[in-house]
Amino acid sequence: MTRRASSRWRTAVLACSVLLLSACATTSKSPGGKLDPWEKWNRKVFNFNESLDVNVLKPVATGYKKVVPEVVRNGVTNVFSNVSDGWSFVNNVLQGKFEPGLRDLVRFNVNTFFGLAGIVDIASDLGIEHQGEDFGQTLGVWGFGAGAYIVWPLLGPSSVRDSVALPLDRMATPAVVFNDYGTYLGITTLQIVNTRANLLNASKLLDEIALDKYTFVRDAYLARRRSLVYDGDPPDPAFQDNADPGVNPAAAATPLPAPDAASTPASAPKP
Amino acid sequence: MIKRLLVLLSVAGLLMAGAARAQEAPDALIQKVSTDVIESVKADKGIQGGDTSKINALVDSKVMPYVDFQRMTSAAVGRFWRQATPDQQKRLQDEFKTLLVRTYAGALTQIRDQSVQLRPARYSPSDTEVIVRTEVRGGRGDPIQLDYRLEKLAEGWKIYDVNVLGVWLVAQYQSSFSQEINSGGVDGLINKLAERNKGAAASAPSKS
Repeated sequence: MTRRASSRWRTAVLACSVLLLSACATTSKSPGGKLDPWEKWNRKVFNFNESLDVNVLKPVATGYKKVVPEVVRNGVTNVFSNVSDGWSFVNNVLQGKFEPGLRDLVRFNVNTFFGLAGIVDIASDLGIEHQGEDFGQTLGVWGFGAGAYIVWPLLGPSSVRDSVALPLDRMATPAVVFNDYGTYLGITTLQIVNTRANLLNASKLLDEIALDKYTFVRDAYLARRRSLVYDGDPPDPAFQDNADPGVNPAAAATPLPAPDAASTPASAPKP
Repeated sequence: MIKRLLVLLSVAGLLMAGAARAQEAPDALIQKVSTDVIESVKADKGIQGGDTSKINALVDSKVMPYVDFQRMTSAAVGRFWRQATPDQQKRLQDEFKTLLVRTYAGALTQIRDQSVQLRPARYSPSDTEVIVRTEVRGGRGDPIQLDYRLEKLAEGWKIYDVNVLGVWLVAQYQSSFSQEINSGGVDGLINKLAERNKGAAASAPSKS
């Protein structure tokens, strides 16, 4: 019953995503602002997520980190990572990368059978590294551009392409094997809290180096995802000494007088 | 005419002298600087503990000589750079540097048993702008991708952009910067950067 409800929900998300995809097929592909036609709405969702984080998730994650010993937290991280290795195997195969896929499979097997169901990451010690391919990346390899930037409530930054993949990628968790909703919810909560706890340092840094957190997160997300699609080795975008990332819609009301006429238009690479 | 020729000749002389000093290949330079920094951090408990003045000294002596920070800043500011006065340009550089060094400081305090490994290069010896790709390994977790753009100047190779985990630093700041400039002009951006730097300095826990 609950499973059906959740699968119906997933179908709804997928349908929405496809709609959005067709709606934004014409969005431009330069970095930053132009990739974000729904910025006004996205900012609202972002702020909602932020306040939820500050008031609920971050305090809980901080407490979790304080109470739960590091060894246990690492074990939890490893178990979730192990399941994602399985999913990574599937995606590597879907992308036609069989040798990396084989490495995922070896990792998954070694850690599942010799690493106590994934609690101990033996494979990394053996030099077989985590790759973390997901379906969003697979779609990217298949030729789907990222499309517009989207911020989802609770789930955070995404793109049209990654949103299409989201229902599948969200299923790559140990929680899916449990039929009872309570367990599913419990495991999902643990995963979210544990992940947030791992990111406490990073989010502190983010607060310090971002001028506008929304913009910073958006640009980093899009760049990072693009890089991941190319396995960390994308065709190098041309370096822009005189970039014109475009006038931000939010700031367009108070434009700067007389922009430099000699500026070269930004020619951005396809994401 | 003669004067111009003399200038030209002396410039050519300088260039050749520079070229002689710049024999070092860009990837060798990156390897050297990275190893140098890592060794310095390992040898200094103060830096590991986040001692700001020590970190600044380390960055100034070991890293900045190999960075074209003006190009880095001007590219991040983009087309607005030429509208800025020399004074504004200097302040932009100073504040941006403070911001980045603080970020870098956070990374430095995490160094324990890391080492830097070069990834296969894709440039030819005649290139004057290259990308050197490295990976930081060691410690817990996955290797961290760290790439550099370098340009060949008279005085040798200089870094002008860094890529952390797939994100190029200059591009990362371009839209943030233009956003601030669009709403408050160049001074608006300078003030915003200064405000961030002050705020972080005030909230820094280990301000010894």
